[in-house]
Amino acid sequence: MSNYIPVLLFLVAVLGLTGLMMAMVIFLGPKRSNPDKELPFETGSAPSPGDARERYPVHFYLVAILFIVFDIEIAFMYPWAVKFRQLGLFGLVEMLVFAAILMFGWFYIIKRGALKWK
Amino acid sequence: MEIILFIITALIALASALMVITRKSPIASVLFLVLTFVCIAVLYVMLGAQFIAAMQIIVYAGAIMVLFLFVLMLLNLRGNQGWENISPARIGLGFAAAGLLLLVAVAWLKTAGSMEVAGLDPEMGTVSAFGDVLFQRFLLPFEIASVLLLGAIIGVVAMIKRKPLAELGEDKEGKVS
Repeated sequence: MSNYIPVLLFLVAVLGLTGLMMAMVIFLGPKRSNPDKELPFETGSAPSPGDARERYPVHFYLVAILFIVFDIEIAFMYPWAVKFRQLGLFGLVEMLVFAAILMFGWFYIIKRGALKWK
Repeated sequence: MEIILFIITALIALASALMVITRKSPIASVLFLVLTFVCIAVLYVMLGAQFIAAMQIIVYAGAIMVLFLFVLMLLNLRGNQGWENISPARIGLGFAAAGLLLLVAVAWLKTAGSMEVAGLDPEMGTVSAFGDVLFQRFLLPFEIASVLLLGAIIGVVAMIKRKPLAELGEDKEGKVS
């Protein structure tokens, strides 16, 4: 377990720094409020009217699924990268075959224009 | 030291899991589920299963949760879905499912005591050991996993973009149909 003390220290540092910055903003920052500043922030444009809980286009889901697929591909590369030197050329070919099969999917996505928005 | 950490983590995991199923707002449920996943990742680390812990964070707390949130956005949930709408039959089914789970857990716990733990290599769950096994002994399943992922890509694209391939040549805009 003592191997994980750096992780714990990192966690404490992250939480401490975040807390410190929040506290500095609260206690040190000037508070000059006006109605415009109280509006919900929406990427610089005026807030859209109505309920935020609109139904979203299914296109978002497509992007999320595609993200997950390639996320898992990268996850497989993690133990592969750790073992890369021992596996040598064999490991490289192995991962290339794995990536090549997924590249068919990538070509299919591009060909169908799945990532084009509207 | 380790037992204290285990108890704290397990309690947070149980409490947040309970919050997942009792919150009225589905978004709050999903966020408590993230907390549950993080606690389970800590438990994996304590078991020496580093790789599974990393996957728990990267894939479950990261990617799968994004998917859950997107599903909630697609479902058009207006207001809070309260307990009032749940019929007694569904509550009964829920208890039946919980009972079955308890049965499985008890059956497993009875055999768990006699399992040989001492013979297992404590380094078994490290990323390095996992890589050894995955890229040599389980080479074929690893390559087949990519076919599974390919199936997921083609499936979702085919379902969302319902347009025959033949029409794509004419429509360079790639309109969503």
